[in-house]
Amino acid sequence: MQFRKFLLLSLVSFLFATVNGQDSSLLKRLNDSMSNAGGSSYVSGTFKTTHIVNMQTVESPAKGALIFLIQHRFGQLNSGSYNFFGLDNATLRLGLDYGITDRFDVGIGRSSYLKTYDGYLKYKLLRQSDASSGAPMSISLLAGANIYTVDLPFETYINGTYRTSYFSQLLIARKFSSSFSFEVSPTWLHYNVVPNLTAKNDMFAVAVGGRMKISKRMSINAEYHLLATKRAEIPNTPEYDSFSLGWDIETGGHVFQLVFSNSQSMAETQYIPHTTGSWGKGGIYFGFNIARIFNLKKHS
Amino acid sequence: MKQICLSLVLCAVSMLSVRAQLYQTRTAFIGFYSKTPLEDIKAENNQVYAVIDTEKKNLAFSLLLKGFVFTKELMQVHFNENYVESDKYPKATFTGSYNGDVQTQHDGTYRVTVKGNLTLHHVTKEIEVPGTIETAGSKLKVKADFKLRPEDFEISIPGIVREKIDKEITVHVTAECNPSK
Repeated sequence: MQFRKFLLLSLVSFLFATVNGQDSSLLKRLNDSMSNAGGSSYVSGTFKTTHIVNMQTVESPAKGALIFLIQHRFGQLNSGSYNFFGLDNATLRLGLDYGITDRFDVGIGRSSYLKTYDGYLKYKLLRQSDASSGAPMSISLLAGANIYTVDLPFETYINGTYRTSYFSQLLIARKFSSSFSFEVSPTWLHYNVVPNLTAKNDMFAVAVGGRMKISKRMSINAEYHLLATKRAEIPNTPEYDSFSLGWDIETGGHVFQLVFSNSQSMAETQYIPHTTGSWGKGGIYFGFNIARIFNLKKHS
Repeated sequence: MKQICLSLVLCAVSMLSVRAQLYQTRTAFIGFYSKTPLEDIKAENNQVYAVIDTEKKNLAFSLLLKGFVFTKELMQVHFNENYVESDKYPKATFTGSYNGDVQTQHDGTYRVTVKGNLTLHHVTKEIEVPGTIETAGSKLKVKADFKLRPEDFEISIPGIVREKIDKEITVHVTAECNPSK
């Protein structure tokens, strides 16, 4: 009995010796130490850029980075071959987006459609965490204003206040996997003046959008804006919910987005309730977004 | 009684033989740099785990790829998303050994050659690089400078940006380790 105990003890201690002598034990020691230390980082690259098509995403430029955005929408595809299926007609938005901090950015832009100027602020309230115990989604708050400056010679009473409208969105997004991200955005639009009594000064909508990566640097995007408030009755002008599809191609510091949308405008208070194109009738606008990032300040 | 004593002594002796002199740190530094006429890349990780066994002359390094901080944030996003795919392969590790006599009792700098396996982006490659181990009091400082090629680790770089990244990336390692149990 004593001898057996002795054998067992020596066997165990020799085993202990041989296990410790292996090379990989050092690495195992490090890996154990690393997993015990915990720590997680924020999920990055939920979307490739700040817009899905027209809808803004939770992404924003880093502190000191500037995004130059060129958004182009041609005419309706059903305009016929004489109009080269809409390519003869074009509206443009030029925008700049600057990261004041990693969480807070400010943007300005101008669209040729109704000569609209826009400005907005976006703040990352919550950032999705890598760890399963951390934040499950990213939430950003977006607030801005649009002001259209096109001349209205027959309605000279329309002044600056009347031309201004406001938008506010809570952008809630989750990166489900390295290829799939989804965003939901409750939206509030406010108009200082509305065309008739059936129109509302405050409108609410829910926007949904997502992207599916098809390769490391390409993705297919889609977005839909559901207007919850009843639309105003405007004779002979049916209005539809805005629905867009996009194809993202990312190369180095640029993201190219080829888009199809039934909205020609790119200003939230215009395209969310007042889209006149119908997908069913070919009222689709082909266009593209190009986002180029400039680093104005080094990131520390 | 004699047998219990004998077995206890044998246990103690075998345990003595496995005692190693370990030096460890969780804040080692690894930086990699690329310079081309079109673009400069600088990425640094200050949370590298390192351990050295001076008795067996083994060492191991482990780091999280997300720990690399780039001077340009977009580069950091692309590095993780497109190049090293850190969602799939979160760590880079090295295990190996060094030759050369390091006297832990005397302060001094010793030139060594480190040889071992580097695992990055699911590819394990054997590398052999020169380095120095400096003993200063109870601390051990390991330094190494070497070059790596992205293609060796199946890190694909698209043609459009190929000219912006050096063919060989300069890697700089500095680890200041403290003795541990």
